[in-house]
Amino acid sequence: MVSRRFFIFSGIAAAGGLAIGYALMPLTTLGRARKIAGKDGATMVTAWVRIGTDNSVTVIVPHSEMGQGVHTSLPMMLAEELDADWSLVRMEQAPADKAFANAALAQGFLRGDKTIPSVLAGTADFSFRKIAEVINLQVTGGSTSVRFTGVEGMRRTGAAARAMLIKAAATSWGVPEAEVIAKQSKLSHASGKTATYGEMAAIAASFDAPADVPLKAKKDYTIVGKPIARFDIPPKVDGTAVYGLDLRLPNLSFAVVAASPVFGGTLKSVDAAPAKAMRGVKQVVKLADAVAVVADNTWRAKEALLALKPVWDDGPNATISSQSIFAAMDAALDAGKFKTDHSTGDADAVLKGAKKIIEATYCVPYLAHATMETVNCTAHFENDKLTVWGGFQDGLGARAAAAKFAGISIDDVSLHHTAMGGGFGRRGSTLNYLKHAIGVARQVQGPVQVVFTREEDMTQDNYRHASVSRMKAALDEKGKVTAWLHQFTEKFDPPEATMVNYDFANQASRYVKGLNPIPWGPWRSVDHTQMGFFIETFVDELAYAAGQDPFAFRRAHLGGAPRHKAVLELAAAMAGWETKPAQGRARGIAIRDAFGTIVAQVAEVSLNADGRVRVHQVWSAVDPGEVINPATFVAQIQGGAIYGLTAALYGEITIDKGRVVQRNFPDYEMVRMADAPQHEVRFIESGARTGGAGEPGTAPIAAAVGNALFALTGKRIRELPFKNFDLNTGNRRS
Amino acid sequence: MVSMTVNGASHAVDVEEGMPLLWVLRDVLNLTGTKYGCGVAACGACTVLVDGVATRSCVFPAASAAGKTITTIEGLKTGGTLHRVQQAWVDAQAPQCGYCQSGQIMAAVALLTEKPKPTDAEIDAAMTNICRCGSYAQIRTAIHAAAKA
Ligand code: FES
Ligand code: FES
Repeated sequence: MVSRRFFIFSGIAAAGGLAIGYALMPLTTLGRARKIAGKDGATMVTAWVRIGTDNSVTVIVPHSEMGQGVHTSLPMMLAEELDADWSLVRMEQAPADKAFANAALAQGFLRGDKTIPSVLAGTADFSFRKIAEVINLQVTGGSTSVRFTGVEGMRRTGAAARAMLIKAAATSWGVPEAEVIAKQSKLSHASGKTATYGEMAAIAASFDAPADVPLKAKKDYTIVGKPIARFDIPPKVDGTAVYGLDLRLPNLSFAVVAASPVFGGTLKSVDAAPAKAMRGVKQVVKLADAVAVVADNTWRAKEALLALKPVWDDGPNATISSQSIFAAMDAALDAGKFKTDHSTGDADAVLKGAKKIIEATYCVPYLAHATMETVNCTAHFENDKLTVWGGFQDGLGARAAAAKFAGISIDDVSLHHTAMGGGFGRRGSTLNYLKHAIGVARQVQGPVQVVFTREEDMTQDNYRHASVSRMKAALDEKGKVTAWLHQFTEKFDPPEATMVNYDFANQASRYVKGLNPIPWGPWRSVDHTQMGFFIETFVDELAYAAGQDPFAFRRAHLGGAPRHKAVLELAAAMAGWETKPAQGRARGIAIRDAFGTIVAQVAEVSLNADGRVRVHQVWSAVDPGEVINPATFVAQIQGGAIYGLTAALYGEITIDKGRVVQRNFPDYEMVRMADAPQHEVRFIESGARTGGAGEPGTAPIAAAVGNALFALTGKRIRELPFKNFDLNTGNRRS
Repeated sequence: MVSMTVNGASHAVDVEEGMPLLWVLRDVLNLTGTKYGCGVAACGACTVLVDGVATRSCVFPAASAAGKTITTIEGLKTGGTLHRVQQAWVDAQAPQCGYCQSGQIMAAVALLTEKPKPTDAEIDAAMTNICRCGSYAQIRTAIHAAAKA
């Protein structure tokens, strides 16, 4: 077994110059990954850089860009340690580079105790899981080349490359290494000697990578922390970015697919004739649970599919509805066969003897991801080898899944990344579109682009789960929480999403699970979406019950959490919490700690005569430990809040007869420009381990808005979305 | 055959009269910068200019495009130089996933033609396209900047 230290690999890049990779293992922080990784003892994580003889620096990033800026943030970290001239830095997404996929290069590594690469948090949880699966596959395949990256990985790779370049210069010039200065992709010495990194790259490549290299202090940063323009933006303003749906290949067919509208149903039969009679239609493809029409363009396939009347075997789920699902949740909570989530002290006993008990029940519906680009995948079988193209949050995981779906070896699958029109969890581990694409491609000559219409995308998603939460707490006469009991339905990821950072004595959290067959998927901020609403609304209720200001009440319970307290105080200061809002407006506050980033939000709202809410302004105070690219980070917090606000105001997927009712944007409304609040974001860089950017902004917003509504109207809405209520009266709309 | 001018070039396309302009652009002319988001005029991802007017091409039949002048996102640059609205988009770092942005930019171009200095309220009224990534603040900034450019 390899010792617990890390190795850095170096070698000659294919086109000359220096190539460096760095690997990390094992993963010790994610329970699930730990479990799987435990089987073979190791999870390898690598990041790579190539320095060309032309002085270019190419950072190879094995992660997908979804607009969260990761294709720029990761290279920034590497370039920082390398002391590269940023204008010479390029990004390349793995696995386009063959050297990167070379198993022989990846043989060592090991550095314990690393957490999820922060900029990736959000995709990281399922990426890790998938990578762990790939490891298993590759271990059985005799390969050990598994790639992932990390903050530390990028940084160490950059620092190692810099050390090797310095050594190359020192050797060539006959001067001590300590006298060589590396700056802006140039090496120099007091004697007047200079060279570019590119000129020294080949010599540097002849050295072994150093076993350990010091990293820069934050005060010396020249790239990290600056609002650097993203690499992926120029092609996104002139129409040249190629998303999955934009892929055009010679001899490409287009297929539009319809799966059994009832979850778990199968295809009995379909008369292909009506479609086949239509212009441009090439074939009708039957799959076990779906039917697809293949045509010479997307619209013809779509129209011909509408002409078909597939006969489905609905299976066992055709009678379920949102009503029956919520009734089953209530019954399961009543039955009380709970799994323990976490527990400290004895909440039950304290509640039994308590004088003042507050109770409330909350619920949220299912939610679809509704990525702007509907899910899709292009696939081609040729000589028993499969090629797939598409937007995948986790390319390795998708490749492994493709092999599984196709029943072939992973070595016979190649996967090409396209730009991705939104991820939010939809393009991670839930891959029904990949499965359909492979099923269709099996029966089609040449490459085929398998497209979900918006209707298919919305009705065949993996959904943020609906759930019910029963909260109970005891307050002492000073308004301190002495017991906290949370009983809820369904629990996924991340495990800590149900925790509170308040110093409540005697906490118990329990849940019931596996209550219905609606397919689940990670949805931006995952369990924090509903837990943020449940927990932070209930805390607000406790504040009022204690006769305290909601901000003061929270602060009083954050004694043991100085970072949280500072974030909460900053948000309140930004919002002018102590000042009265304008007539007809009110403010609410909420705080969440999601994916290592703490966000406190204040929302200011008003109501129109029709009882609908207008969110005028949001103030977010954010402590992510460290900010890599502030421009990107602000946009992620704002965008995350919009995503959560859409859920709070409008988001609702309902089930009837085993089917999803909502089919397109007219019945699954989104926050648009006119609804989007002003949103000020400020950071506290506490220096704690770097947290995520994409998801933390989503978690507190529903509670912040709901709490503001209560401050305005005195009516507590305990159920989302708010559109279902006349907020002036608090009554449900009929 | 339907004849139309797209980004300055004339095309005669052999398609059904009812085929939406969106699919003529994307699948027949391979101008994939114009996006499909909903197909029912609800999201704006497919926005193009038809004789200068912002139009949701997913519900605009090919037959109606006959003899018309169409501008898509690919037709905004002049001689390799970004249109001032595109440049403002880059400066504001507006796109996230980017998928909605062709439609957003085309809608903004139309807005600025009609109202060279739009107010926030006018932006709210004209910019009804969905951005699922929530880049509205950056889009607003970009429109104001383009109005000044
Ligand atoms: S695709 Fe045309 S408006 Fe959505
Ligand atoms: S940038 Fe992703 S939908 Fe607008």
